[in-house]
Amino acid sequence: MSKPYWTKENFPITPNIRNPAGSLAFKCGQWRSVRPVLDEKKCTKCGICVLHCPDDAIAKNEKGEIEINYDYCKGCGICENECPVKALKMIIEVAEK
Amino acid sequence: MNTRKLMSGNRAIAEAVKLSEVNVVSAYPITPATSIVEYLSEFIARGELAAEFVQAESEFGAMSACIGASSVGARVFTATCSQGLALMHELNYVAAGLRLPIVMAVTNRQLSQPLGMWCDHSDAMGERDSGWMQIYVESCQEAFDTVIQAFKLAETKEVLLPIMVCLDGFILSHTSEPVEIPEQKEIRDFLPAYKPDADYHTLLDVKKPLAAGGGCPPAFTMEFDYKKYDAQEKGREMLRKIDEEFGDAFGRRYGLVEAYKCDDADAILVAMGTIVGTAKDVADKLRSEKGWRVGVLKLRSYRPFPKEEVLKAACGSKAVAVVSRAISYGLGAPVFSDVATAMYNAPEKPVLLNFIAGMGGRDVDKKGLAAVFEKTIKAAETGKIENEVEWVGLNKNLVGG
Amino acid sequence: MKSTCGDKVLVSGHRACPGCGAILALKHALNALGKNIIVHVATSCMEVSIMGGGVFPKGEYPLTCPSLHTAFETGGAVVSGMDAGLKALGKREGVTLVAIAGDGGTADIGLQTLSGAAERGHDFIYICYDNEAYMNTGNQRSGTTMPFASTTTTPVGQKKRGEQHIQGRLRKDMPAIMAAHGIPYIATASIAYPADLTKKVKKAASIHGPRYIHIHSPCATGWGFPESKTIEMARLAVQTGAWVLFEIENGELTVTQKVAQRKPVKDYLLVQRRFKHITDPEIAQIQELVDKKWKELGLQ
Repeated sequence: MSKPYWTKENFPITPNIRNPAGSLAFKCGQWRSVRPVLDEKKCTKCGICVLHCPDDAIAKNEKGEIEINYDYCKGCGICENECPVKALKMIIEVAEK
Repeated sequence: MNTRKLMSGNRAIAEAVKLSEVNVVSAYPITPATSIVEYLSEFIARGELAAEFVQAESEFGAMSACIGASSVGARVFTATCSQGLALMHELNYVAAGLRLPIVMAVTNRQLSQPLGMWCDHSDAMGERDSGWMQIYVESCQEAFDTVIQAFKLAETKEVLLPIMVCLDGFILSHTSEPVEIPEQKEIRDFLPAYKPDADYHTLLDVKKPLAAGGGCPPAFTMEFDYKKYDAQEKGREMLRKIDEEFGDAFGRRYGLVEAYKCDDADAILVAMGTIVGTAKDVADKLRSEKGWRVGVLKLRSYRPFPKEEVLKAACGSKAVAVVSRAISYGLGAPVFSDVATAMYNAPEKPVLLNFIAGMGGRDVDKKGLAAVFEKTIKAAETGKIENEVEWVGLNKNLVGG
Repeated sequence: MKSTCGDKVLVSGHRACPGCGAILALKHALNALGKNIIVHVATSCMEVSIMGGGVFPKGEYPLTCPSLHTAFETGGAVVSGMDAGLKALGKREGVTLVAIAGDGGTADIGLQTLSGAAERGHDFIYICYDNEAYMNTGNQRSGTTMPFASTTTTPVGQKKRGEQHIQGRLRKDMPAIMAAHGIPYIATASIAYPADLTKKVKKAASIHGPRYIHIHSPCATGWGFPESKTIEMARLAVQTGAWVLFEIENGELTVTQKVAQRKPVKDYLLVQRRFKHITDPEIAQIQELVDKKWKELGLQ
């Protein structure tokens, strides 16, 4: 829900931000240079990666499976470091063709 | 039924705050402002004022608490002066920038060093450019009335800026005069409850989450500053209107200035606060005894500066003496600078004389003001000034050429 | 995959560093508290991440609750004012007031207002996330910086070797200072023990009065370790005893994470660039201070 640029009619009196959860429009995943890849066969769905992701970029879907949201993953690698079964691996980002 | 009682300036302020039905008071003691909050504490303890009192641990704590309370929609008041006002300095800019209608009484007192308890305007001068509005009162009645007007002005949607009601420390804060106090109902009719709008004001509401007080990139800061600037410009007109409405409701109006016998004056003395009262007496005496055509221009609204009223009252005269109760080291005196700025582009302008008086509580007496008028009349005749800056009542045995 | 907020208070898209420990502290704490909160954030890394200058134009705000920033030192006083204001307006019920600040904004510049708010018994939760320096301005020492740590104001040279203000303890003891105020609940926590952290926050939420939670939040950027090791670093701090997890409820202290066999603190220090210069005698000094703290708490 990104706000449009201001006009004279709607320019506020302070830089207060009236846009809860508006950051979801900011795809900070652009920052990363490495990305985590999940080996679904090794994954035990323990959820430790979900817990420790600073960017909430990993979640369990309705089926309880781990899904990575690459829109927000900054590639810090905490998930790979903390995974008890080494199901996550950080690989170098490649440009999309 | 109005009541008429003898009371000090501080008591008058406290009574007005009580009748304004504030929600939160947060303050820290400092002479000579302390008794304002002592009275408010008594009102609360006796159940006469249903407000929460946050006993701040310092003045920046007090202003922070005021900001916190105002940002959740409360009507808020505090009182301080001198060191305390200086300690609030950082938060004063925050309050003005967040557009919170906080009312603060300032019992003008000198800033240390030299250290002293006594009256001058240097404390409020330090906040001149902060965005806070400033009104200087001359009497205890005016102190009472101005607090009521101040809440209404600050809370006006087009204005939404915090405001200082300035009264001379000790000279007015601790001097008793008769004050007429209207009924609660009449005050409430004039000043209804504060109702901020979550879509417009800085209002923290879990139902309408917003982030307030965050950063702003250079692309927008000047525009927000412009909005604040514009708000004070509008505040000028709003204060005129509110003062008129107050006059209709309560029979007393003050204006942004009071031009006392200025219409035919050759020489006018401009001042703020209690000096004005003494100056009016001196002007009357000089008119009757010496036949000099002298007048007094009281600046009541200092921020926003009453440019039009000043030009109208003073440009017709030949010489104007501006008496500041504060100093701008390295230049001269602040009120003089402001009057000179207002007059600079006027087609006809008088000779301007710069006087510093009353620093550190130095008594500004009739003799001193008569000397000011004398110098001003002389300047009116010759069209020239003798000195860039004159110090009223300076002890020439100790300093000066 | 679309991200939805659900019940989350902190959502994705914030501007914290990759691998940031502080944002993890806030993630666990704020999500445990839920949306009916009003937050004051002091000037800090987190304030910038949540509502810095880059956030305003497009409204890229990562919280679903209201928040206010005023200045650096004001946290305790602002929530006191909010407490009083909501109470006076009859709107106090059902809203939790939260003051958030870093270690500098708590132990140093913010100490006075926090102390006042605690002493007056206002109803609020204070969360201090501790990355042991002024990280927002680029890693200057604070009152909780560990001995001999290299920061930009305590760099290592021939005359001075890192943080020199020691005075017989590892850092300014904020839990002890808060305990001296007699407030009902104080806890230390760590991002490496999120269940313990969440439990403590939820317990705090069920209590009235001033509640203080101090969360250890390692900073990869400032301390100098790979950003993937943030949780590992926080865990190592607890396992070596450099950080102790406890709570003080109505004056009674309980250690919530016992460590059977403490690892030598050397294991924690030598993997951080801020300690790369450290000598054996200096390590021994820190070990002594860790041992002293454990003895004070009645542990081995």
